[in-house]
Amino acid sequence: MRVNVTVNGRKTAADDVWEGESLLYVLRERLGLPGAKNACEQGECGSCTVYLDGTPVCACLVAAGQAEGREVVTVEGLASGDAQAAGEGGLHDVQRAFLAAGAVQCGFCTPGLIVQAHALVERAAGRVPDDAEIREALAGNLCRCTGYEKILDAVRLAAAQRATPTAPTPSP
Amino acid sequence: MDFLRARTWAEALELKAERPEATPIQGGTDVMVEINLDRGRPAALLDLNTVGELAGWSREGEWIRVGAGVTYARLIDELGEVLPGLAQASRTVGSPQIRNRGTLAGNLGAASPAGDGHPPLLASGAVVEAESVRGVRLIPIARFYTGVKRNALAPDELIRAVRVPTAAGPQYFSKVGTRNAMVIAVCSFAIALHPENRRVGTGIGSAAPTPLRAVAAEAFLAGELDWTLGRAGGSALDPEVAARFAELVAGAAAPIDDVRGRAAYRSHALAVMARRTLGWAWHDYLRAGRGAR
Ligand SMILES: Cc1cc2nc3c(=O)[nH]c(=O)nc-3n(C[C@H](O)[C@H](O)[C@H](O)COP(=O)(O)OP(=O)(O)OC[C@H]3O[C@@H](n4cnc5c(N)ncnc54)[C@H](O)[C@@H]3O)c2cc1C
Ligand code: FES
Ligand code: FES
Repeated sequence: MRVNVTVNGRKTAADDVWEGESLLYVLRERLGLPGAKNACEQGECGSCTVYLDGTPVCACLVAAGQAEGREVVTVEGLASGDAQAAGEGGLHDVQRAFLAAGAVQCGFCTPGLIVQAHALVERAAGRVPDDAEIREALAGNLCRCTGYEKILDAVRLAAAQRATPTAPTPSP
Repeated sequence: MDFLRARTWAEALELKAERPEATPIQGGTDVMVEINLDRGRPAALLDLNTVGELAGWSREGEWIRVGAGVTYARLIDELGEVLPGLAQASRTVGSPQIRNRGTLAGNLGAASPAGDGHPPLLASGAVVEAESVRGVRLIPIARFYTGVKRNALAPDELIRAVRVPTAAGPQYFSKVGTRNAMVIAVCSFAIALHPENRRVGTGIGSAAPTPLRAVAAEAFLAGELDWTLGRAGGSALDPEVAARFAELVAGAAAPIDDVRGRAAYRSHALAVMARRTLGWAWHDYLRAGRGAR
């Protein structure tokens, strides 16, 4: 079957999609977007996390046909412009925070964590979430390398950075 | 495999009548795992995400009608006050990503004895609203579970909604697992006090072939509790009553040894959860009584 879906702001279509296929497979194997990773295919690891109509979900558990007509944003879509051409400058603040905090080792968990952390930082909207809130938000993302501490640092850094430039002036 | 898309509820019912073998899919958090791991290949998927009627909940008198498409995330955000037991259980499901997609109707469809939605539904006395082209059927929750991963739905039926009485008293859910997130219950327990008719509701998860009520424990406790919130503001819980209640709850279960835990451990843990949740619920009941005067 054919699946029409908007990915990272671009309308696109995937052909010859098997009816039992996941959105993750479509993104990686049919649309050339290998950012979201395939590790467990059972919702346990979070490395396939993408936005579906603005909500972070495991792409491995969304049937391809369920994405018909909907909007998907992958880790590739978070960087502004052509990240490769722009070098590190094209990366999103959350991505830069992960680099700065040393929150990336093998990097396999990183794309999913970036999307999930992005959702948390956006929701916090300038507030730096406490430890419990960060841990809860990232509970569905497994990392075998970092021991998570630096990932927590990265989230705090990204949240603080989001707070600074747009810090609202206290209302009178 | 076919991929069937329903745009409206009427269309979904017609498709299910024509293709009773089709597997409905909502959040896909059970269905897609089966397909990805090649544990089974449905003849067809019937996507219900596009059925707008399923996506909301409404208040109908003393009941909340939770549409089949309502996710755990929304249950937690929007119904925590009126359905506290169910919201507590929802908070323990999987991870944020799973709660963003998974639904209560999916939990009922899968009918796993370990599903976290079941104990609070049993404790509060929910009713499953099943529908087919033949009509609507209201199935009391305790009669919905018919065996391990089996439910009372006919092949042409779909779950339209779950009707849950709004809480008139304290409700608690408790679950034993190896970590705080992403845990299939080793066993779980829910309690609901119904002061309006001096009844007690319970639900046991992951400790029998199906989720079930501890009927004898409910009757015993309802008779022993001093429901009157007299001048002294009600009386403290008698530890002997709590202990007997716990014993009866554990006795209602029929646990087995499996990879997640031993039967003896499950019985022990159930008794502990029963005693604790009763303690919390009774504390809230007395406090609410005192606050009311
Ligand atoms: C990583 C992970 C962690 C999990 N953790 C938990 C947990 O902690 N606790 C827990 O209880 N569960 C857990 N689950 C299981 C699952 O998330 C829940 O059972 C969830 O409620 C399923 O809902 P869904 O909408 O995703 O169902 P789906 O996968 O879409 O469907 C599940 C079943 O219900 C049927 N169905 C769906 N909708 C209807 C309908 N309207 N009418 C009739 N039948 C229908 C389907 O055909 C299927 O048989 C977990 C799953 C994963 C992948
Ligand atoms: S690949 Fe989707 S959660 Fe692991
Ligand atoms: S950096 Fe290797 S899994 Fe997280």
